[in-house]
Amino acid sequence: MSRVMIFKRFERFWHWFQALLIFSLLLTGFEIHGSYSLLGFGDATRLHTIAAWSLIVLWLFAIFWHITTGEWRQYVPTRDGLFAVMHYYLIGTFTGAKHPYRKTSKAKHNPLQRLAYLFFKLVISPIIWVSGLLYLFYNDWPAVIAGALSLETVALVHTGAAFAMLVFIIAHVYMTTMGHTLTSHIKPMVTGYEDLDEPAEKH
Amino acid sequence: MAKLIMAYPGKYLVVSALAALLMFAGTPGWAAIERSPATADHTKFKSLKGPFENASEVTEACLECHTEAAGQIKETTHWTWLYQHKETGQTLGKNKVINSFCGMAVTNEPRCTSCHVGYGWKDMNEPPPEADSAVDCLVCHDTTGDYWKFPTLAGDPTYIPREWPKGSGKMVQPPDLPNIAQNVGASGRANCGSCHFYGGGGDGVKHGDLDSSLVSPDRSLDVHMSPDGANFSCSDCHSTWGHSVSGSRYQVNAKDTLGIDIPGHTDLSRASCESCHGPAPHEKEKLNDHVNKVACQTCHVPAFARGGVPTKMWWDWSTAGKLDENSKPITTYDEDGHVSYLSEKGDFRHGENVMPYYAWFDGTVEYTMVDEQFDIDNPPLEINRLDGEPNDPGSRIWPFKLMQGKQPFDTEYKTLLATHVFGADDASLWSNYDWPKALEFASEKSGLPFSGHFDFIETRMYWPITHMVPTADKALRCSSCHTAESRLAGIGGIYMPGHSSSPWLDRVGWLVVALTLAGVVIHALARVVFSRRKQS
Repeated sequence: MSRVMIFKRFERFWHWFQALLIFSLLLTGFEIHGSYSLLGFGDATRLHTIAAWSLIVLWLFAIFWHITTGEWRQYVPTRDGLFAVMHYYLIGTFTGAKHPYRKTSKAKHNPLQRLAYLFFKLVISPIIWVSGLLYLFYNDWPAVIAGALSLETVALVHTGAAFAMLVFIIAHVYMTTMGHTLTSHIKPMVTGYEDLDEPAEKH
Repeated sequence: MAKLIMAYPGKYLVVSALAALLMFAGTPGWAAIERSPATADHTKFKSLKGPFENASEVTEACLECHTEAAGQIKETTHWTWLYQHKETGQTLGKNKVINSFCGMAVTNEPRCTSCHVGYGWKDMNEPPPEADSAVDCLVCHDTTGDYWKFPTLAGDPTYIPREWPKGSGKMVQPPDLPNIAQNVGASGRANCGSCHFYGGGGDGVKHGDLDSSLVSPDRSLDVHMSPDGANFSCSDCHSTWGHSVSGSRYQVNAKDTLGIDIPGHTDLSRASCESCHGPAPHEKEKLNDHVNKVACQTCHVPAFARGGVPTKMWWDWSTAGKLDENSKPITTYDEDGHVSYLSEKGDFRHGENVMPYYAWFDGTVEYTMVDEQFDIDNPPLEINRLDGEPNDPGSRIWPFKLMQGKQPFDTEYKTLLATHVFGADDASLWSNYDWPKALEFASEKSGLPFSGHFDFIETRMYWPITHMVPTADKALRCSSCHTAESRLAGIGGIYMPGHSSSPWLDRVGWLVVALTLAGVVIHALARVVFSRRKQS
């Protein structure tokens, strides 16, 4: 066993800032949707817009980081071991089986994680981005878009994607408690380091 | 709100917070408009020294210099009480339309024509008197406040001391015509208000956004007309052209796309908000995103009848005529001290600080004319109908006063009826409380048919709301509309975030969220149970 840097500084910053922004967006977003009244529609809208632009900027940095560091490979999906992991979460975790996946810094996400995060990045987020920007710039739609879309459609797609985001967050937060202790999955996202069966990287 | 934004750092945010503070401070760099000094001192004109037998003689004196004025006036709606509607082809105007207040002006002449901009129009079957001296200059140009068209004299002021209101013991003295004539000037709020504030038979009765509180309003009632605000007269917006006043309730400019009116570029009529404020007046871009669908007045006139003068919201003529045991007319008041019943007029409901009724509106108003057959089986009858729809680029959401009540109609001809309420004759409703007699007389006098069979039908009438604009900080909040209990609930044809939603999407969405939460909880509980078993 050795202490390995598994989440780099930018990655941790990206993760937690993104978490903060997504929580703000969900909170203000469902208020804008009319689910409850907290800040008032006007302030909720302003905060939602600011958080949305911040998230977009953060994502641009994150995309650049993923491409330049090659970290995007962490999210390439694989069926190899996928069912073993699913079997573990459904049954093994209760019977005391060991987690079937051996994490390394080059492949830090298990096959189920890869799939979930890829879905988050390639499906939920882009739908939210595109529908959100269309929503924000509704008044400036060119005729081509205005002829094909309505604000209602855009709003419903945006809301639907927000529900998907909320479901992802609930499952994701819960899954982080499923390490060998409640916090053993969460700690590396704070400190960056995790004890893995691989030699420490040389810096 | 500024505090909340300040909690999030960043230069942009500080700047916008400051901008917001400035906006809400509500004192932009403007003050009461200054007016050019007059080029004539009317006290120096010999012709205006008097004495004058009557007001017509003052008019004759005016016309000695203002040679074209009478001719100009006679071309206007203020004189003809006729309006040819270009869109609907209907001939409208006070001469033709019926409303849900006193019905029609026709057959009630000396009372209703007291607001005619002339003298002596005693029979509306005839056009107004032809003589130039019949034009009333003073009602619009008196600056002393002493000129008052007596309510029952077909446009003239009283020339002898007369009691008004009837039975009050208060005597109205004849006006000092030479003094009034020597102090004429540009029309102020009180001039226009002497008729337009009192439509429907009393202060504030008819419009809801026009009443005597606008003579000297504070900024929170009307920022434009307030002496502490811009101190506008009506004609600063209702700009005139040869005595013809711009701005019409029959054909409203519901969406002014000309923007700020610049000499040489536009028509110089300023009777729209955009005429001065332009098409994108807000510093916050998102607010400007609203102007294509929402009229300025919808947010900036949050309620009408705010100046302490109630407006009539319901008028039920069917109950008129009840008398007490001594056969005397009855007056009752509601808990706010507003009249709720008069034998002459029936039951009323008054309102103050009334939230408007909202509707899509393209500016065109169609009328149910007095000779038009309508569907009597489906009340309420709309006396006027608002054109406009959500997808029409010329339509916007506008605020209205919704006037409701009951008024007489002909059960056989299925038409509304002219009502003869006022008159010294013994047929008028107010002299003997006999509906059949009053309606018969109205029919004979007006030539409008009446079968002899009548009943009362519920009617509604829409009055556009556009005055009583307070300071910007008093405009509607976002959440006035963007909320479940939206003011615009039921407006239709528009997706309003915070108000509109798809019930099925919400149901499915929250169900999936609940199932996920349930799955997590069950999984967690199972983990606890199994780990205890292992330990034991």
